[in-house]
Amino acid sequence: MSEVQSYAPGTHPDMEAPVGQRGIMLWLRTNLFSSWANTLMTLVGIYLLYKIIPPLLHWVVLDSVLNANNREECQALGTGACWAFIKDRYKILIYGFYPIEERWRVNLSFVLLIFALIPILFDHVAMRKPWLIFSGIFPFIAAWLLLGGFGLAHVGTDEFGGMMLNTVVGVTGIAFSLPLGILLALGRKSHLPIVKSISVCFIEFIRGVPLITLLFVASTMLNYFLPPGTTFDLLLRVLIMVTLFSSAYIAEVVRGGLQAIPKGQYEAADSMGLKYWQSMRLIVLPQALKISIPGIVNTFIGLFKDTTLVLIIGLLDVLGVGRSALADAQWNGLAYEVYVSIALFFFVCCFSMSRYSIYLEGKLDKGYKR
Amino acid sequence: MGDTNTATAAAPSANNDDHLIEIIGMHKWYGDFHVLKNINLNVKKGERIVICGPSGSGKSTMIRCINRLEEHQKGQIIVDGIELTNDLKQIDAIRREVGMVFQHFNLFPHLTVLENCTLGPIWVRQTPKAEAEATAMEYLSKVKIPEQANKYPGQLSGGQQQRVAIARSLCMNPRIMLFDEPTSALDPEMIKEVLDTMIELAETGMTMLCVTHEMGFAKTVADRVIFMDGGEVIESNEPHAFFENPQHDRTKLFLSQILGH
Repeated sequence: MSEVQSYAPGTHPDMEAPVGQRGIMLWLRTNLFSSWANTLMTLVGIYLLYKIIPPLLHWVVLDSVLNANNREECQALGTGACWAFIKDRYKILIYGFYPIEERWRVNLSFVLLIFALIPILFDHVAMRKPWLIFSGIFPFIAAWLLLGGFGLAHVGTDEFGGMMLNTVVGVTGIAFSLPLGILLALGRKSHLPIVKSISVCFIEFIRGVPLITLLFVASTMLNYFLPPGTTFDLLLRVLIMVTLFSSAYIAEVVRGGLQAIPKGQYEAADSMGLKYWQSMRLIVLPQALKISIPGIVNTFIGLFKDTTLVLIIGLLDVLGVGRSALADAQWNGLAYEVYVSIALFFFVCCFSMSRYSIYLEGKLDKGYKR
Repeated sequence: MGDTNTATAAAPSANNDDHLIEIIGMHKWYGDFHVLKNINLNVKKGERIVICGPSGSGKSTMIRCINRLEEHQKGQIIVDGIELTNDLKQIDAIRREVGMVFQHFNLFPHLTVLENCTLGPIWVRQTPKAEAEATAMEYLSKVKIPEQANKYPGQLSGGQQQRVAIARSLCMNPRIMLFDEPTSALDPEMIKEVLDTMIELAETGMTMLCVTHEMGFAKTVADRVIFMDGGEVIESNEPHAFFENPQHDRTKLFLSQILGH
């Protein structure tokens, strides 16, 4: 160990770092045992995991019951979760009270939705342009498939329910609130006094009111204002309210991004002779939206979870049908299973959005990092 | 102010046809602050003018009025026969003919160097993409960085970025180029490459207005040097007379300060 080797200048070889300064030992030392306080917290953490994970594993997997006809059978077969209940009722959680023989239309709409999203979410797909045209007409196809008419049996929006209803409200809200929010953000920064004051009033009013209030207005008060006899679909009113609500938040997030664009960018675009909409579309918004991605996705995630609020005005979303399933005498009292399943549905959707946003940030960050 | 006009500016004002820029009795205020006071300036086609003066003297503001990045409140600005008014069409028409290079380059960071150069021609002049790219490569070669065409501005040095900015302006095929302290944000070793580019541009006969502190550039390139202070044009003369025989005390003081070290 103590042997001293000497090298001529410039010939010193690369050597391995000493044990404890590299690999897993280094990782353990720096991350888990760097001080006595960290060591203590590591040990407490290990103890908590030991207390939580095994029971959870037992409840979810080891002691759970997949096949049973009612609650008594479930409890006789195992002490864990009674997934048989969910297995029995998952269709109603997904489709609500959508007519059974028409449910293929919901499935088809969902597959087409994924198909329509691909060229929007990823820019290196083959034939992106014609594909995007399909994405543009997808909302009409989906409306036709879900509502019927033109050869398909009519399904009223009062028959929409379950996860399908949450998805309809969430996707519609997201798709329409982004462009509307961008317009509002630009309006708020506009030099035209009328455009500016309308945008400011709209944003401040909508943001200042709880979504539930807006939904109540949508479900009840609009009838006072509309001429008697006009029917205005409840789901459509909800879609409009949710879109307006979320667009006000998007507008503020995008405005934050706009503030971050240096004045020189506007000046360079102006001095080139670009018109207002050209400089917004080509120069300002691509940069501002990139900065705003975390906030925009945050708003979308919030919007998607808020779709459960439609329960309060009597639409049977996934939470609503879940509660009605709980009232069934045969399966009485299996609230954990239902709510865990619903939570999982929302988590998967929201976590996907979050991952996509991180992917997008990483992709857009390439190239022009300074 | 007209008492120091030189022989080059002696042409009678009736012959305005070759004046690319005419500024007549122009005033500008920021709120109550009177930034530009009675500016009168004629720029002939092919003329190269250097504008200098202490900071806050209004020199940047003045050239920014020429393409309406700043609005003047009184007087007239006529560029290439078009008067600057609030008419957006006229402003756009003028901006198409006037290129501008900024102190902080103001390249578009989300676009490649080539895209920076082709954006204006494609969207403002409706040039076909292939043609715009060919022109852009030509100008990038002239500023000696064709090999950087597909990089992003953030990957270039300051001097390279400013040369891209010059190429970007030239791609619009402007009749007039405005330079707003183009070398002030650069490290000393990069100033030369940008000045060399500007000298080459001057040799092509481009009409140039340049706000700069580079007095060497003024001596070699300028047809006229304008000294501004306190929002006024104090002195305007051809470079030799301007540097050797300044007429005003303020000019003498300014020159002694920037040339004295």
